[in-house]
Amino acid sequence: MKAERSGFLFRSPVIVSLWFALLFLPFKGMKGAALLFVSMVVAIPVLRYAARKARGITLPIEKVREYFPRDRRYLAVLLIPLAALPVLKQDYLLDVAIIAGIYVILALGLNVVVGFTGLLNLGFVAFYAIGAYSYALINTRLGWGFWSVLPISILITTLSGFLLAFPALRLKGDYLAIVTLGFGEIVRLVLNNWDSFTKGPNGISGIAPPSFFGISLDRLSSYYYLVFFFVLLTVFVIRRVRDSKTGRAWIAIREDEVAAAAMGINRMWYKFSSFAFGAFWAGLAGCLFAAKMRFVSPESFTFMESVFILCMVIVGGIGSIPGVIFGAIALVCLPEVLREVQMYRMLALGAGLVFLMIFRPQGLFGGKRVPLGG
Amino acid sequence: MFLLEVRGLSRHFGGVRAVEEVSFSAKSGSILSIIGPNGAGKTTLFNCLTGFTKPTRGSVVLAGKEISGFPSDRITRLGIARTFQNIRLFREMTVRENVMVAQHATIASGLLPAVLRSRRFRDEERDVRERAFEYLELLGIEGDSEKTAGSLSYGVQRRIEIARALATGAALLLLDEPTAGMNPQETEEMMGIIRNLRELGKTVILIEHDMKVVMGISEHIIVLDHGVKIAEGNPEEIKNNNMVIEAYLGKEAY
Repeated sequence: MKAERSGFLFRSPVIVSLWFALLFLPFKGMKGAALLFVSMVVAIPVLRYAARKARGITLPIEKVREYFPRDRRYLAVLLIPLAALPVLKQDYLLDVAIIAGIYVILALGLNVVVGFTGLLNLGFVAFYAIGAYSYALINTRLGWGFWSVLPISILITTLSGFLLAFPALRLKGDYLAIVTLGFGEIVRLVLNNWDSFTKGPNGISGIAPPSFFGISLDRLSSYYYLVFFFVLLTVFVIRRVRDSKTGRAWIAIREDEVAAAAMGINRMWYKFSSFAFGAFWAGLAGCLFAAKMRFVSPESFTFMESVFILCMVIVGGIGSIPGVIFGAIALVCLPEVLREVQMYRMLALGAGLVFLMIFRPQGLFGGKRVPLGG
Repeated sequence: MFLLEVRGLSRHFGGVRAVEEVSFSAKSGSILSIIGPNGAGKTTLFNCLTGFTKPTRGSVVLAGKEISGFPSDRITRLGIARTFQNIRLFREMTVRENVMVAQHATIASGLLPAVLRSRRFRDEERDVRERAFEYLELLGIEGDSEKTAGSLSYGVQRRIEIARALATGAALLLLDEPTAGMNPQETEEMMGIIRNLRELGKTVILIEHDMKVVMGISEHIIVLDHGVKIAEGNPEEIKNNNMVIEAYLGKEAY
């Protein structure tokens, strides 16, 4: 009875508007808050009505999905402009594209854990950090090049995935989320405080850019192609793994753990492998990030970063590979586009996320179930 | 020749003796039913046999190998598959994918062959897909193979569960109330399916409340009450057993 009453309170447009107006009061003063209050009181019932109407409507995006991924020729339509991007000679554009590419790899890695296996990981950034720092440390201390450090660094990250899985996988749901969150913070704090090894909050600078058969890839366009290649590799490998016995086992665990065990699937092993496989890609992304920035510091690996990556997975549609790619690109590019509205851009982004979750909780591309091979 | 031999199996939850010193054997290629009033310990017994709960004591021998206390996935791979009283499908997957998951242990190719799409991997995947379809045909639900499992009717979902259990390749199938909630016609069809399983050389152990089903298809019946085996025998013997009548209907008052 009590719960229902409070639920009613939260749903009342007047209360919600009042709450938002109060939040806004310190920024825009009495007049602004009052304006917001009035417009929200009007807008909420209208939006609710629209939401009820919209429930049955398929977004144009679903129409696109229906025939788009079937035909591989369409893929070229998408890939050629992307491959030609450096022709524009826009450094800013390339910079954003490189960052977006790194986040696509990260989000696809997290999607393996959260989307396929259904394990909520709130400390994914830890693996990203381990990848970046292991690359930075080996490169600056031993002077090894990109291509020899990359596999070592990915191996270290993958092993750390196993390491976290050990204590974490005895737990389920919310408890697992808390443990992974803790792991993320531990890694960041170690990096921040182990001055003698990681140079603490000052970070590590002077990381060498990668080279390719003696040609240094420090030019933005060549680095863009490097990231582009790794993004394609990530999509290629993750798709193929998903459409195999391993991917099926992960998804089966997400759907019903007990039934999965009854099918002869070793739950522990597949949860372990899911964590490690996800961490693998975070390690790759970490290396690319360190080599791109040529500087790493603990600041880049905060809890907010984990949340940001998780948002990419959710916005695009949990479990869907094109969805997650789209989500990552959108969340990297949107703040750039929204630079126009300056200080409100994070607010606008946040509001956008809230509305997306209200109108389309399954994410932009998540309209259907995760398809398996065949 | 006994496929499964259970000796002195007990499962206690604190002071509650859910299963107490139960012994029985299942002949290879036979249909055996376990009956008993609600709370008699039938499902707990199934859980002990399939590793979902560890028996407090006792032994379970499958084809000469002691398996009590093994984890459930290993028991499945060794040859006992089960269905669940409250259906547990992979609801978001299609029916065919459900049956493909069940063939998990029959696939040898690991990660690397999957990424490289080796010849062996492709052959295996093709076989798995085709076999999935065969199992669905066997249960008469091949028409639903591309539908999402969670969207189908109760009767079809029960059949998917059986197809899935069959697809694990296990020799022994434990079916937990396969006809629960079915109408007489569906029940009749389910009896046909279960007989069919025996034709395929499978050994079946049923938990069942519908006496028509139990008496109609089982060769051997075990009666549990309060965790204890109170009777066993063929359908004729069970029908006329006073202990059984008492457990179901209560003691006659004089």
